[in-house]
Amino acid sequence: MSVQEVLPLNGLVSEQSGPFRADHLLVAEMVKPGSKVLDVGCGEGDLLQLLETRGIDGRGIELSREGVNRCVAKGLAVVQGDADTDLVNYPDDAFDYVILSQTLQATRQPKVVLENLLRIGRRAIVSFPNFGFWRMRLQLLIGGHMPRTENLPASWYDTANIHFCTIKDFVELCDEIHVKMERAEALDLYGRPLRLRLPWWVWNLFGEQGVFLLSRGQGK
Amino acid sequence: MVGVKSVPSPAISADDRSHEVDHPSSEVAHFGADQPLRLDCGVDLTPFQIAYKTYGELNADRSNAVLICHALTGDQHVANVHPVTGKPGWWETLVGPGRPLDPARYFIICSNVIGGCMGSTGPASINPATGKVWGLDFPVITIPDMVRAQAMLIDRLGIDTLFAVVGGSMGGMQVLQWTAAYPARVYSALAIACATRHSAQNIAFHELGRQAVMADPDWHNGAYADQGIHPHRGLAVARMAAHITYLSDAALHRKFGRRMQDRELPTFSFDADFQVESYLRYQGSSFVERFDANSYLYLTRAMDYFDIAADHGGVLAKAFAGIQTRFCVVSFTSDWLFPTSESRALVHALNASSARVSFAEIETDRGHDAFLLDVPEFFDISRAFLQSAGKARGLTSKND
Repeated sequence: MSVQEVLPLNGLVSEQSGPFRADHLLVAEMVKPGSKVLDVGCGEGDLLQLLETRGIDGRGIELSREGVNRCVAKGLAVVQGDADTDLVNYPDDAFDYVILSQTLQATRQPKVVLENLLRIGRRAIVSFPNFGFWRMRLQLLIGGHMPRTENLPASWYDTANIHFCTIKDFVELCDEIHVKMERAEALDLYGRPLRLRLPWWVWNLFGEQGVFLLSRGQGK
Repeated sequence: MVGVKSVPSPAISADDRSHEVDHPSSEVAHFGADQPLRLDCGVDLTPFQIAYKTYGELNADRSNAVLICHALTGDQHVANVHPVTGKPGWWETLVGPGRPLDPARYFIICSNVIGGCMGSTGPASINPATGKVWGLDFPVITIPDMVRAQAMLIDRLGIDTLFAVVGGSMGGMQVLQWTAAYPARVYSALAIACATRHSAQNIAFHELGRQAVMADPDWHNGAYADQGIHPHRGLAVARMAAHITYLSDAALHRKFGRRMQDRELPTFSFDADFQVESYLRYQGSSFVERFDANSYLYLTRAMDYFDIAADHGGVLAKAFAGIQTRFCVVSFTSDWLFPTSESRALVHALNASSARVSFAEIETDRGHDAFLLDVPEFFDISRAFLQSAGKARGLTSKND
């Protein structure tokens, strides 16, 4: 699932300086130079290109044929595949990091996907839109309809996003499957990190998306 | 192309074809008794020769060599006028100035496979032991045998590591065999419209073709050369059947529909009333001008036997364990001979081996033949893959 399909962030790019998206820069910052990375749902390969400039050996999986072909035409090592069905083909510990950027909510089995990420990679970086964001809540509470935002403009009947969650929900899932959160960030509507150390409930209300660096926890 | 009324006799004499068998219009590498080709069937083939063409120049550190592996009915004349048919090279869409495989940048090698009939030793060659054409006395060859012979040629040319091995269909099978047998000698591999094994359906089609050849009374149990004849009709039927599998329903419909050939009404006969019939007859008749019937039997057999996983304990991923080669796998949506599912199985095995792999499926209605045709998206991907591998390899050229 390409980022463009799930989350048209084009409007946001113009507000950023430089060619790279703020959330991509944050993800890239979490990856140690020289490591081996799998980007699941790599879209048109923007993040992979950013990682490549930092000397990172990046591979990608992308669902849409157009996205894959554009990536391959950029010289990136990307294969056509589905996060739900194709991650099982990768061996344990194949990568230092597996990245799932704005794709978790479009998978059929987010929990299984998350478990696979941390089987294939020693670490996982997961970002997703936060359905606890105050504007989402307000639309449902006051407007009485399913939330739609600039970043999530699709109607309920044609959205590819079938498993929305809040930052709080995601943290609970991580606890349930014994995943260790090494770093957590909430980003505002423009993809900029909320820099203040705030309690979870504030992030859950004001974070438009969450970005988590995860590793295998105890008991796994 | 579609103006032919029935299967005509070949315009080119059998002499042209048989001359190319032993004295090809290309370079030839001879391998004497000291260098036999050890075949999978247990026979040491010796002496033998490999006919090949090269384009471009080998650079000083011998790092820019690209091996092109041809498909079932291809040959070494990848980017030059064919000496028998007078037609352009079979892959001039991909190979040539300004093309993804530009001779200004790469040293490009293409050899006729062992068992072929355009100058490499095969069933149409003279058996030095008898002074007669080999015919069915020629040992059965396999895809690994073809690759073993190519590796001997590459050794002869003084090349240790190939920058790329590239091929489609049977050529793609050779690409995969190269990476499985000589992983350290292949820097990058472009495998197009192929599979790691031949499917039951494909074996069935090949058997149909072989039976058509063998049913021709002129075949004479493979000894037709002794009679000075060639089983044109059987081979033409084999080619016609095979050609259908290279296309697609949609492509045939677009190209021909139910249109009539040079007539308004049916003739109520078995003439080629329909354009599609006329086209197929032309494909059959032009093929027999340049191809040897026994060679067709041997090469289809080689494809049938191909199964990389079987050679690695039934586990495909084991064939590629720890491989450093950069792969690009390409399939076409309408290819029902080597469907995308086959490429996907390969990609899964490569992923399981943590290989660096790109995989693109290209949308086209042109069927298996798409890899030989003008498909811009395929060229863009091939070019980018080779450029990115070239960058990693430190290849530069005067064009950079």
